[in-house]
Amino acid sequence: MVKDYVKKPKVMAKDVNLYYGDFHALKGITLSMEENTVVALIGPSGCGKSTFLRCFNRMNDLIPSTRITGYVMVDGKDINDRSMNVDELRKNIGMVFQKPNPFPKSIFENVAYGLRVNGVKEAKFIEERVERSLKQSALWEEVKDKLKKSAFELSGGQQQRLCIARALAIEPSVLLMDEPASALDPISTAKIEELIYELKNQYTIIIVTHNMQQAGRVSDKTAFFYMGELIECDDTKTMFTNPKHTRTQNYITGRFG
Amino acid sequence: MMDSGKIHRRKQASQNFVFTLFTLMSASIVLVLFVILGFIVIRGLPAISWDFLTKMPEDGMTKGGIYPAIIGTFCLMLGSMIFAFPIGIMSGIYVHEYTKDGILKRFMKAMTNNLAGIPSIVFGLFGMSLFVNDLHFGDSILAGSLTLGLLVLPVVIRTTEESLKAIDNSFRVGSYALGATKLQTIRKVVLPMSLPNIITGLILSIGRISGETAPILFTVAAYFLPKLPHSIFDQVMALPYHLYVISTSGTNIVESRKMAYGTALVLVLIVLILNLLANVLRRYFGKKVKMN
Amino acid sequence: MKTSFQRFIEKFVEGLLFLSGTITSFAVILIVLFLFKEGWGLFNETPVEKGSVIALNKSNPVQELTAQQIKNIFDRKITNWKEVGGNKDSIIVFSVNDISNYYSDAELGDSLQFVPQRISELMGKKTGIIAFFPTEYISKNFQGRILAMKKVTLTGFIKDKEWFPTAQPAAQLGILPLILGTLWVSLVAILIALPFGLATAVYIAEIADARVGKILKPVIELLAGIPSVVYGFFGLIVIVPLVQKTFNLPVGETGLSGSLVLAIMALPTIITISEDAIRNTPRAMKEASLALGATHWQTIYKVIVPYSISGISAATILGIGRAMGETMAVLMVTGNAAIIPHSILVPMRTIPATIAAELGESAHGGLHYKALFALGCVLFVMTLVINLTVDLISARRKYSK
Repeated sequence: MVKDYVKKPKVMAKDVNLYYGDFHALKGITLSMEENTVVALIGPSGCGKSTFLRCFNRMNDLIPSTRITGYVMVDGKDINDRSMNVDELRKNIGMVFQKPNPFPKSIFENVAYGLRVNGVKEAKFIEERVERSLKQSALWEEVKDKLKKSAFELSGGQQQRLCIARALAIEPSVLLMDEPASALDPISTAKIEELIYELKNQYTIIIVTHNMQQAGRVSDKTAFFYMGELIECDDTKTMFTNPKHTRTQNYITGRFG
Repeated sequence: MMDSGKIHRRKQASQNFVFTLFTLMSASIVLVLFVILGFIVIRGLPAISWDFLTKMPEDGMTKGGIYPAIIGTFCLMLGSMIFAFPIGIMSGIYVHEYTKDGILKRFMKAMTNNLAGIPSIVFGLFGMSLFVNDLHFGDSILAGSLTLGLLVLPVVIRTTEESLKAIDNSFRVGSYALGATKLQTIRKVVLPMSLPNIITGLILSIGRISGETAPILFTVAAYFLPKLPHSIFDQVMALPYHLYVISTSGTNIVESRKMAYGTALVLVLIVLILNLLANVLRRYFGKKVKMN
Repeated sequence: MKTSFQRFIEKFVEGLLFLSGTITSFAVILIVLFLFKEGWGLFNETPVEKGSVIALNKSNPVQELTAQQIKNIFDRKITNWKEVGGNKDSIIVFSVNDISNYYSDAELGDSLQFVPQRISELMGKKTGIIAFFPTEYISKNFQGRILAMKKVTLTGFIKDKEWFPTAQPAAQLGILPLILGTLWVSLVAILIALPFGLATAVYIAEIADARVGKILKPVIELLAGIPSVVYGFFGLIVIVPLVQKTFNLPVGETGLSGSLVLAIMALPTIITISEDAIRNTPRAMKEASLALGATHWQTIYKVIVPYSISGISAATILGIGRAMGETMAVLMVTGNAAIIPHSILVPMRTIPATIAAELGESAHGGLHYKALFALGCVLFVMTLVINLTVDLISARRKYSK
């Protein structure tokens, strides 16, 4: 635990409450994550883990009548502060969604999208960055000959890796993943997990998953959510071998959820 | 990458510019509606009086009232409702509740779409050819109502279909589970639930009937006929045609202007009241029955 | 447990509903049938109305004349037979009223009983004559040659440049100016309406908060509900003078006035359908764009609009279809001149307006009457093409998702 105080947290939530209208979706969550680690958020459906994930790039703004209190800090800055540019923030925080959601554009343009909307115009730079991102997401070999083809022609697993490449292209420092493998077959899932393991060296990754084994395999830390509360957060090993709370234990051993 | 603060400001500025522009463009549409309505209300109000609504036109339609046109339009509305509503609702029920997804359903829907896409003047040609000439109805309320009825039929069918679609299937299944037949399910469960929506849609379609001109030009509308109809085989005056006549081809267009404003206002009022009624009903029923 | 009576009722009602269900198909088929039955008759007619003939001198080698040539001859625009492929001989135009120029009252007889004979004589004497007179004046040993008239052809109907169906001696049945007028007026209307319609659709679906949207919806519904004749009236009194003043024109009844009125009328169609299409864009697509740091506006024009483009184009095409078929408003404001338009600022005449304006004056079953039904067929086909295009687009949309 001493480590936490030595290393400055990359991402931090302090006493975060979130309401959808009257519904109290997140109840006083406090959690911090260091740079270049993978944190897994687990818990039964509707426990608030996805909502919590979406606090870090303010995706909850899109839902009307959402209210948030407390502090969400990235690199020591309060992202809900008025001075924060939300598109600036989102550029810095990549996100991968539950289902692959490529744009109705070519493979190349999908990856280039983030650069273009952020004002990058040099074609050479974009080309290089697209290639690098596709290599990072281990998709380059499969698509290098058909970059002009529609992204919809790829398989589900390839589409999801394309979405990861798309997120990496603008060099975010944090990567949010919302059940990135839940809609995929086992082989594609394995590829994505491998990828997460490699990306850890450069990114801080927060991943929502309801697959216990996956959380065990890829994450350094695991946080267990239940009914909008953070029940427990610890090193993944500790969490899976020796959880403090019975609820956590029940969930991990598969007694509910 | 480039100076991100500058890019951000540029992005934000273009967004602000476009959103302001779009807001203004939307507002201009509202403005257009209010200009049209305001223009007709302000110019039309002085023309409207009890006499205007209850007297026959006089002096080459430059004086007097529009009573026969009001009655005529009312007859046509009623006539086409009697024809189109039952058949349209039944047709909608058949297409949505009885046909399975397949060729028959697609064909029926395509035909309804095609009918809806036919220009109103073509309905006029058809009505004249079939009802007036071949069936020897002559220029009559009957011929006009049938033509207008045919015109709103697709609207009625679609309204019914949409309203039935809004009823969750679980209600039907629940009814079948209790041993009800298809007909009983439709009659006792599905129809009562969808009725509010159907009625709202139908009210809007009545407005459409009241204002259509092209279909009645050659099937019923009379240029000048200062008496009331006695049977469905009589010709009548109608508000929209009357407005057309006195504003473009009457005996004295300038003198008739005041009458034209008044007639336009009456037409607009009919539509306005029906729309208001539909919105009130929608809100009232919307609170009463929550459907998904 | 159901009694057989109940089962009978079930079947009976189902049958009744089925019959109602077939009504639209039935109606469409009937409309097509009646429209084409009357309209197709046109192509069995000649441009010269039944009961009249055109005759030439027997020595005249000209075998055929088009309706347009006949009109030009009788308008004295063609004055020599050479121009229409005959001998070099100047044309003498003769119609039955001219008979007194050639013969005295005595020669024609007290009760004009000698008129046929005199016409026949005249026909034999003058080599350059072309005569137009009622069939009843053809005498027994007619010395002229009755010109065989070609039937009206579909290509001529569509390609000819003059619409003057009541012209004597030969009706001019070219609908090109009407087709062009219809296209001009409706296309310009959509060009005007599209930016406003799209902006409003985007505004309602994406920008405005729900309360403002709730106000705008009834406004658009009302805009759709106002009768076209009221729009026409408004156009006549407000837009026509405005156009005249703004562009300093001799008359304000122009294609542009019609386009402006139609633009307002087409707005509800464009807005409602585009808005639906925009709303159908998956949320995930939108979120993915925003998560990459795109602004809301960038997301709209780079992701949402491309995604919903098929719905938006369907809305546009449907709007054009509505505009093409609109009758009263256009009839009241476009000036109705049947000329080939070269600018939007001249009077124009559309197909529906022509039918509405002329059908009342045409004799039932006559050439003009049939020509108007044929016009109806053309309009029907034009709108059918549009509807089928829209069906195709929406079918492809469903398929691609």
